[in-house]
Amino acid sequence: MRIRFRFAKVGKLRFTGQRDVARMWERAFRRASLPLAYTEGFSPRPQLSFGLALPTGAESLAEYLDVVLDDSRAETASVDLEALPDLLGPLLPDGIVIEEAVVAEGRIGSLQEHITSCSWTMRLAGVSRPELHELIDAMLRADNVLIERERKGKKVIDDLRPSVLGLAMVDTVVDQEIDPSGRTVGIMAELATQPRGVRPGELVAGLAAMATQRDEASQPMDDGSAEGHPNGLPVLDRACRTHQWIERDGLREEPLRRRDDPAGRATYALERAL
Amino acid sequence: MTSLWTQVEPLLAHVTKPARYIGGELGAQQPEHGPGVVSWLLLYPDTYEVGLPNQGLQILYELLNERPDAAAERSYAPWVDMEAAMRSAGVPLFSLEGHRPAAEFDVIAFNLSAELVYTNVLNLIDLAGLPVHAEERTDEDAVVIVGGHCAFNPEPLADFIDCAVLGDGEEVVGELNDVLATFRRPDGGWTDRQALLRALAQVPGVYVPSCYDVSYDETSGRLAAITPRFPETPERVEKRTIADLGAWPYPKQQLVPLIEVVHDRLNVELFRGCTRGCRFCQAGMITRPVRERPAEQVRTMVRSGLDRTGYDEVALTSLSSADYSGIEPTVTSIIDDPSCSGQVSVSLPSLRVDAFTVGTAAQIQRVRRTGLTFAPEGGTWRMRQVINKLIREEDLYAAVDAAFSQGWKRVKLYFLIGLPTETDEDTLGIVRLASRCVEIGRRYHKGVTVTASVGGFVPKVQTPFQWFGQNTIEELTRKVHLLRDAARPVRGLTIRWHDPKASAAEGISSRGDRRIGAVIEHVWRHGGTFQEWSEYFDLALWTAALEAHGMSLEDVAYRHRGEDDVLPWDHLSAGLHRDFLWQDWKDALAEHGLEDCRWTPCYDCGACTGFGVEHVVASAVPPAGGSQGTGQDLSTGGQVPVRFLAAAPSGAAPAAPGGTAVTLAAEGSA
Ligand code: SF4
Repeated sequence: MRIRFRFAKVGKLRFTGQRDVARMWERAFRRASLPLAYTEGFSPRPQLSFGLALPTGAESLAEYLDVVLDDSRAETASVDLEALPDLLGPLLPDGIVIEEAVVAEGRIGSLQEHITSCSWTMRLAGVSRPELHELIDAMLRADNVLIERERKGKKVIDDLRPSVLGLAMVDTVVDQEIDPSGRTVGIMAELATQPRGVRPGELVAGLAAMATQRDEASQPMDDGSAEGHPNGLPVLDRACRTHQWIERDGLREEPLRRRDDPAGRATYALERAL
Repeated sequence: MTSLWTQVEPLLAHVTKPARYIGGELGAQQPEHGPGVVSWLLLYPDTYEVGLPNQGLQILYELLNERPDAAAERSYAPWVDMEAAMRSAGVPLFSLEGHRPAAEFDVIAFNLSAELVYTNVLNLIDLAGLPVHAEERTDEDAVVIVGGHCAFNPEPLADFIDCAVLGDGEEVVGELNDVLATFRRPDGGWTDRQALLRALAQVPGVYVPSCYDVSYDETSGRLAAITPRFPETPERVEKRTIADLGAWPYPKQQLVPLIEVVHDRLNVELFRGCTRGCRFCQAGMITRPVRERPAEQVRTMVRSGLDRTGYDEVALTSLSSADYSGIEPTVTSIIDDPSCSGQVSVSLPSLRVDAFTVGTAAQIQRVRRTGLTFAPEGGTWRMRQVINKLIREEDLYAAVDAAFSQGWKRVKLYFLIGLPTETDEDTLGIVRLASRCVEIGRRYHKGVTVTASVGGFVPKVQTPFQWFGQNTIEELTRKVHLLRDAARPVRGLTIRWHDPKASAAEGISSRGDRRIGAVIEHVWRHGGTFQEWSEYFDLALWTAALEAHGMSLEDVAYRHRGEDDVLPWDHLSAGLHRDFLWQDWKDALAEHGLEDCRWTPCYDCGACTGFGVEHVVASAVPPAGGSQGTGQDLSTGGQVPVRFLAAAPSGAAPAAPGGTAVTLAAEGSA
């Protein structure tokens, strides 16, 4: 039997990595004496699979975990799904919040392969709203957005533009409270995961590239030094994944919806994350 | 107290492994601070991953937080990137529980388990915002305490610490807290720091360097005497020993970190102390006598620990776990415990070298047979008699044969080079032994590998080798090359070695006197932190510091000491008579080994006899395999002060080989 969980990862815990979260779940399952199925071989491990890896430092309101229970054990049949979140919740560290647990039916595919895009809210520092507005516009109009990133230890130049499915500023008053100077702004983005996912930091690098282009255009004599940005560069301050999406036949759905999914959840998420 | 979290948080986006700095482990406490509460910041002067598992620190953490008049939080050395970020943002050292500034604590207590971390100690005191020199601290500043194995020669740190605590910390930590509480002002700070230090110096096991005068010989410049400055200060500080480990079932709430650390598993201490008598081993010498934990308590601690933590691995720890008198039934009962559903693995971190032990290992590693490690330490029988590691060659081969025949494909062997009286024949004996092990393995699998891991010996205080002048860097390097060249043609054999330069630097602080403080400070001021880490270790810093202060490796590390030399730790005692250590040193030079004193007559080392404590063992029968499996004559018992645990394990202890059962008379009032 396979069980799919939906959970949030928020607060200080965002500084832990994906492998760390996996180990937290393993320990919680063992403490709850759930009859986990183990892999065969020299190092038997429980069979846990997560959705797309969340970068260390980012929060999420939409993490998923599939876990396989051992059908040959009698306890498996008597596992009470409804009670699982309350049973496991206290066994997980503060910052992991279980939101749903269902039996994953056979037709549900693997999380890693099927996720097509993710929605994010982010908080950027170092730019004002009008400046950021300009950068977002420039990115959405651009044919390509080239950034340098690391792949398998090598530096490569990639075009981000095809992966940016949506990008907008968030209208919220939170900004003023965090930074009275008005140079902290919230954005929402939907980023494709195929063929390669785009991380929040990479999107911000793309926005910074837009700023550089803008400055070069307005100051052709500039020597390219960092001081050449009269308006400063956007810096990623916080990021929170709000959704992971599976697109099938033109329809976008979540691997497991929250039962009481409120409208405007992304905005709510941003405020909570901030 | 204030929280620095909002200042720490923005730094974390830019450092490696940010979760090192967030706390939040299972078992972490949020103690209440207040006017009548002495606050302790327990510090391990290395990274979070290395420091978090330290059991000594965790035990004190729990004991202090159980008291209404104490509050303990923890911190570790921030990695270099975090330290740079903290210094440039003006963020001081902070605790992980409440992200409180270190300077707001009353006590900063370090666990010292290696000498090369001393520069980190200075760095952390500085990062805490305290004056690095103890004499500059005022009534408003925290008291700096060190404990752990290295506290047995605290002289190199004497300028920077307020006191050193010798031996087991369980009882003395409470006594320290009582004294500290008397001098603590309700608003924090001390009523009279000097009076406090003098009072601390009267607590048994506590050494306050500033209460002692040091004099040097005018002609030779050597240490002449270390004498108390006050009438009430003891001339000699004796270590603390808890008589009954069973009375201290700690840690009860072992910390479970959010990120991976070394030894990331449940740890249950089987016994403290060791009487094998390996002469190079400081841990074995300074923790005598042997005190076993009752088998039933071990089982309870394992069961409740696994339930509480969710770990799937438990290590039964001690200096020589296979010597625990109830080892077999204990291990079996853990593995067969139905609540573990067959998924729990047990590890014995210190395997004895004999086939019996491999049998136990086979039983506990039913699934993950990756590698086995043995520590013969010396390459020839002669060498092993000198160091008193009485393993016969056939014991090693039997152990290795058992390992390979039962499915292991990798064996690792630990050796030391640079031992007293060592000849090239002894050194090359390492390759000879290891090659034989490869041959034995080949009988079972084609692809076996044997790794000989070779460390350069650094003499430690309170051992019979404390008088020995350690090998020079050049000599150790020459021996490493000998080994490397001899091993090159042997397929399947790999030699790994510890950097001889690091052994030399370790030797500076290991047996140095108070004047070494200037050297440590010099290295620290020139950026030499994390010297345990090969990427940051820099011998040039150390030699430059020695030279700047008119000292040399020759005098500090390489020089042999004589019987009449005043040693910088002579006024501190680990319970061992100086006469015993000197006799044992002479026995070593005479290639004369001593048998384990649990099963043979007492040698009157002082650890039991002088202090009214005794070995506490669970079984009257020595563990099968005998002393290191040597078939040592076990028929001479009866004269050792031994107390049997009231609740002996129910399963019969394994019989000694050849059916030799020994009856030991229990002495004393227990
Ligand atoms: S006093 Fe005797 S029995 Fe006790 S540790 Fe020393 S030699 Fe062994």
